Amino acid sequence: MPLRLLKYGLSRDYPVSGDIPATPELKPAYDVVIIGGGGHGLSCAHHLAKYHGIRSVAVLEKGYLAGGNTARNTTTIRSNYITPEGIAFYKEGVELFERLSQELDFNVMFSQRGQLTLAHTEATMRSFHMRAEMGKHMGTRTEVVDQKGVEELCPLLNMDYGGALEILGGLWHADGGTARHDAVAWGYAAQASRRGVEIHQRTEVQGFEVVGDRIRAVKTNRGRIACGQVLIATGGMNYDVALMAGVELPIRCYPLQAMVTQPLKPWLHTLVSSVSLHTYLVQSSRGEVVIGGGSDPYQLYSTRSTLDMKEHLAEGAVHLFPFLQGVRLLRQWAGITDMTPDYSPIMGASPLANLWLDCGWGTWGFKATPVAGKRMAQTIADGRVPDILKPFALERFETFRLLNEMGATAASH
Amino acid sequence: MKLLTCPMNGPRNIDEFQSFGPVRARPDPNATADREWSRHLFRAENRRGVVVEWWRHVPSNYFFLAERDLVSNEIIRTFDASEPRDRA
Ligand SMILES: Cc1cc2nc3c(=O)[nH]c(=O)nc-3n(C[C@H](O)[C@H](O)[C@H](O)COP(=O)(O)OP(=O)(O)OC[C@H]3O[C@@H](n4cnc5c(N)ncnc54)[C@H](O)[C@@H]3O)c2cc1C
Repeated sequence: MPLRLLKYGLSRDYPVSGDIPATPELKPAYDVVIIGGGGHGLSCAHHLAKYHGIRSVAVLEKGYLAGGNTARNTTTIRSNYITPEGIAFYKEGVELFERLSQELDFNVMFSQRGQLTLAHTEATMRSFHMRAEMGKHMGTRTEVVDQKGVEELCPLLNMDYGGALEILGGLWHADGGTARHDAVAWGYAAQASRRGVEIHQRTEVQGFEVVGDRIRAVKTNRGRIACGQVLIATGGMNYDVALMAGVELPIRCYPLQAMVTQPLKPWLHTLVSSVSLHTYLVQSSRGEVVIGGGSDPYQLYSTRSTLDMKEHLAEGAVHLFPFLQGVRLLRQWAGITDMTPDYSPIMGASPLANLWLDCGWGTWGFKATPVAGKRMAQTIADGRVPDILKPFALERFETFRLLNEMGATAASH
Repeated sequence: MKLLTCPMNGPRNIDEFQSFGPVRARPDPNATADREWSRHLFRAENRRGVVVEWWRHVPSNYFFLAERDLVSNEIIRTFDASEPRDRA
């Protein structure tokens, strides 16, 4: 064995410790208890430890790390929403993704290849003009392109000239992109645990001890933990977990299904989405074509897949790119999405003084993993909701100040 | 293919139906504060368990009620809206 290697083998740097330590014993108390070890909870933990010096933090995850919707999403990252409040927030999210690999010292494979959303009707074109103007006003790269523009951006598309689904134009969002979902969660987890955050896998929150307007302790399958502040970031389980604390959120759960094809040579260089076909496609860096995202048409707590939805997605994909018809599907799956009435998240305070919400992420929350974690950490550290989050408060439903992003969400996620 | 038994048309592919979500009690418009209106509009039943929901058979435009389990997706019973219901 070469001497240099032997020296390294005997040195203190060897063996390299794992990025994410094994689950430790639970302590009796933590300053902050984060419920949910998905991207959002881990991002908040990282920001608390790194930027606010709060290290007595436990992330409680009932299953394995980031095995919820973080593991199931189709990784669309974008800020081409329609409300100014929404665009401002998601824009900050995209900017954080642009620097994320450096921030985490971990390759999250962010690829800012742009997103092309297609219009097959004049009504959709009109809504695109509105979104483009709002986007430009808010400083994002969002513009309407005509048929020629669509063909240039995505030459392999079936334009269906003269057909019932002729592509009339598109919304081109050069800021849009994708990243490796697992890497985002692992990167945050590694950074957070390096700074002392404890990540407890297989630790399920089963109830709360509420005294007056505060949560005194969190009850888990591994024992009771006293807590300073508590954050709920449990993805599809947000309604259930908040209800355990007596907080009823305006959320309904629907399964969202997606699938991927076998790996192909690189041919799809942008994210493509069709509003009318309710289908979107992105080619992963491995070459697989990820096809999403069909919401089941009724409420359900289930992650089963259905043939109906797979047929629907396959039909949309083959319509847009007819040469995909012989391609095999590799995997299919579903996640339970926590849908809000206005397709915007619920972030900020709850009716309990030390319980904070990072909920209602529905079908669109992966792109917000960095920014929601950053801003929720700031909220918890300061005990005060920053301006950028105020519009997303739970009270907006009581004051009828909804943030309607349905049209800018339905087919694009 | 999942079947739903329509009280009027019998068992049909669930594709022929549209869900209108859980039944909600209608508030009294003369005695309801904003907060209760907001509840009525934005909070639908979402607890794990059985819900009573409005469904419509699209081709015949017939609205009826169904009891369905939100976890197992079992449709327990369907009935005309004029029939008495145990829940909700
Ligand atoms: C098929 C699909 C496609 C999607 N596509 C996109 C997309 O393209 N772009 C986009 O931006 N978003 C997308 N989303 C949405 C996105 O995945 C989610 O909004 C986001 O991942 C939410 O992250 P999270 O960390 O809040 O939740 P999760 O990743 O779900 O993490 C929550 C964690 O909480 C844990 N938990 C639950 N209950 C408890 C409990 N009682 N105690 C302890 N832990 C608990 C769960 O096990 C889970 O690991 C998609 C979702 C799905 C299902």
